Amino acid sequence: MTLSLSHITRRFGKTEVLRGIDLEIDKGELIALLGPSGSGKTSLLRIIAGLDWPDAGTLAFDGQDWLSRSAAERKIGLVFQHYALFPHMKVRDNIAFGLNVLPRAERPGKGAVAETVDRLLSFLQIAPLGDRYPAELSGGQRQRVALGRAMAIQPRVLLLDEPFGALDAQVRRDLRRWLRGVHDSAGITTIFVTHDQEEAFELADRVVVMNEGRIEQTGRPDQIYDHPATPFVARFLGLNVELPVTLNAGRIEAHGLDLSALPRRAMPDGPATLFLRPADILPLPDPNAPFRLTEIASTGALLRIVAEDGTGCRIEAEVPRRAGTRLETGMNVLLRAEAGQVFPGSAQGRATAPAAASDITHALKENRP
Amino acid sequence: MTTLAITAAPSGRTKRVLPGFGLTMGLTLTYVGIVILLPVIALMLKGAEIGPARFWEIITAPRAMAALRLTVTAAVIATIFNALYGLLMAWVLVRYRFPGRRILDAMMDIPFALPTAVAGLSLTALFSANGWYGQLLEPAGIKVVYTIWGVAIAMCFTSIPFVVRTVQPILEDLDPQLEEAARSLGATPFTIFRKVVFPQILPAFLIGTTIAFARSLGEFGAVIFIAGNLPMKTEIASLLAVIRLEEYDYNGAAAIALTLMLIALILLALSNGLQWQMNRRRGQP
Ligand SMILES: Nc1ncnc2c1ncn2[C@@H]1O[C@H](COP(=O)(O)OP(=O)(O)OP(=O)(O)O)[C@@H](O)[C@H]1O
Ligand SMILES: [Mg+2]
Repeated sequence: MTLSLSHITRRFGKTEVLRGIDLEIDKGELIALLGPSGSGKTSLLRIIAGLDWPDAGTLAFDGQDWLSRSAAERKIGLVFQHYALFPHMKVRDNIAFGLNVLPRAERPGKGAVAETVDRLLSFLQIAPLGDRYPAELSGGQRQRVALGRAMAIQPRVLLLDEPFGALDAQVRRDLRRWLRGVHDSAGITTIFVTHDQEEAFELADRVVVMNEGRIEQTGRPDQIYDHPATPFVARFLGLNVELPVTLNAGRIEAHGLDLSALPRRAMPDGPATLFLRPADILPLPDPNAPFRLTEIASTGALLRIVAEDGTGCRIEAEVPRRAGTRLETGMNVLLRAEAGQVFPGSAQGRATAPAAASDITHALKENRP
Repeated sequence: MTTLAITAAPSGRTKRVLPGFGLTMGLTLTYVGIVILLPVIALMLKGAEIGPARFWEIITAPRAMAALRLTVTAAVIATIFNALYGLLMAWVLVRYRFPGRRILDAMMDIPFALPTAVAGLSLTALFSANGWYGQLLEPAGIKVVYTIWGVAIAMCFTSIPFVVRTVQPILEDLDPQLEEAARSLGATPFTIFRKVVFPQILPAFLIGTTIAFARSLGEFGAVIFIAGNLPMKTEIASLLAVIRLEEYDYNGAAAIALTLMLIALILLALSNGLQWQMNRRRGQP
């Protein structure tokens, strides 16, 4: 075990920003802190970095208390969302900063510093940029310099706040792969913040999903994807069809839905809410079924369909276009759920969830007359 | 230069807030010409008219030399003090939140707003043998009124806002994350100031300090009350220029004024050049 956080809370005035964070991070792990804006990701990172202190809770590294240590003593490499490079220093001097400010006794000689900088520059694939100023770099290059500056001090933990937030999609993808490579070859315990689930899932060994100052779920990407632990995580991961169902001896039942593919749950009988991904709903033509197709729209590879049962329950689903050639509007269908997650308690009075952020554009498109 | 380039665009294509580029630019240039450039040029011409030999003779005359030396020395003292104190003041105003901060902030403008003669009179009253400060200083053997220290204090008073007001906005705009980054990289507070904060406010600080110095060189109203104006001892250069003028010695007045102006202009040019160079290196236009 390397980094251990327990019951960390932080309040700014009246707002509780962190409400009891417990987290254990192993040596060499690559951890993603994933959560919507305002969920407290940056606040947590700042506490780990020693730029802020919690109101309660403990933070320990290899058993040593870290709350009693300054940022400098913790030896943490921190990469800010907007890089925070020193504008008046060349790339080279930016990277060397952490070495040049060491107490004289520990400071490596000029030659050794230059050597470290050169090694980092080529490791980060920015060797020709050493003599430029930050203003003369692109966003992706600045990102690399910021990482180099953080790595120069041989940090025990590397913290990255939305490392790719300000870059365009293509550069993001490239840098993501590159960061994974950097992590694998340097082996530094790394925590990075993101609100992009694809990024978190592709890059991280373990994902920590945060919401309103709490950890909703921690786990390997597949684990979280397949078994979201809370309704929040389910919605955040795109299971945005929410249906009221009844649990009966562990079986999930709902009128007009074929839920036989879902495994039984060890949950008490009573009302519950089923969360489905639109892509996991299969419409099967059935003249006796209560749902009627009211909309079919093609997005190229997929058909987006809307089924209604006449009582106000409206379900959106996605089917591969080839599989849906037999579907027509007005047709009665039985909806078969291939996978889903059920949580006790009734859906808050609505049959379909409002679209999650990533789906909002689709929702807007579909609702157009 | 960029504004001039705008004329190349067909007029009427873009709507501007102020009517007519020609009109506004014309007015501005005319004003600059009449109020700033013309007097400066007139003074230069006057100086050229005198001829270098005579010019040299005027300003190396013992009384003129003494006045210039006093003025420059006092201005240097005042500027060193203002540079340090102004930086500190700007720092306190930007970095700390305390009751009365806004009042303190507003007070920084008093030297701008107060008639300099009023400042001079009150300073003289305060530092004279029976004034509040004088009472305390005189027994300790420190004489301010009618000495170079009085001159320097009056200069300090009128030029402090230049340093505060040029450094303050830059300090306010500094990205706090830069300091946090430095902190997490292990820098001590002093190192952070020296290596991260100061280099960034340096260009503004330099300009503010130079303007403060230029202003001190030319300060008249506040100084003449507290200086005592003894020829060869506490007579400042601007006053000597006035005296020469009253004696109808236009050349004498012009030569002294021109010398003051040249010192100020050269320093301004130097610090602007330095600032330009620093900014260019950082890729800021
Ligand atoms: N210094 C502060 N004073 C008051 N409130 C703060 C402060 N810093 C953060 N907050 C509040 O704490 C909450 C969490 O902020 P935080 O920056 O940790 O969110 P985040 O998860 O990083 O969000 P984002 O993805 O937008 O960066 C927000 O509601 C924010 O307004
Ligand atoms: Mg944040």
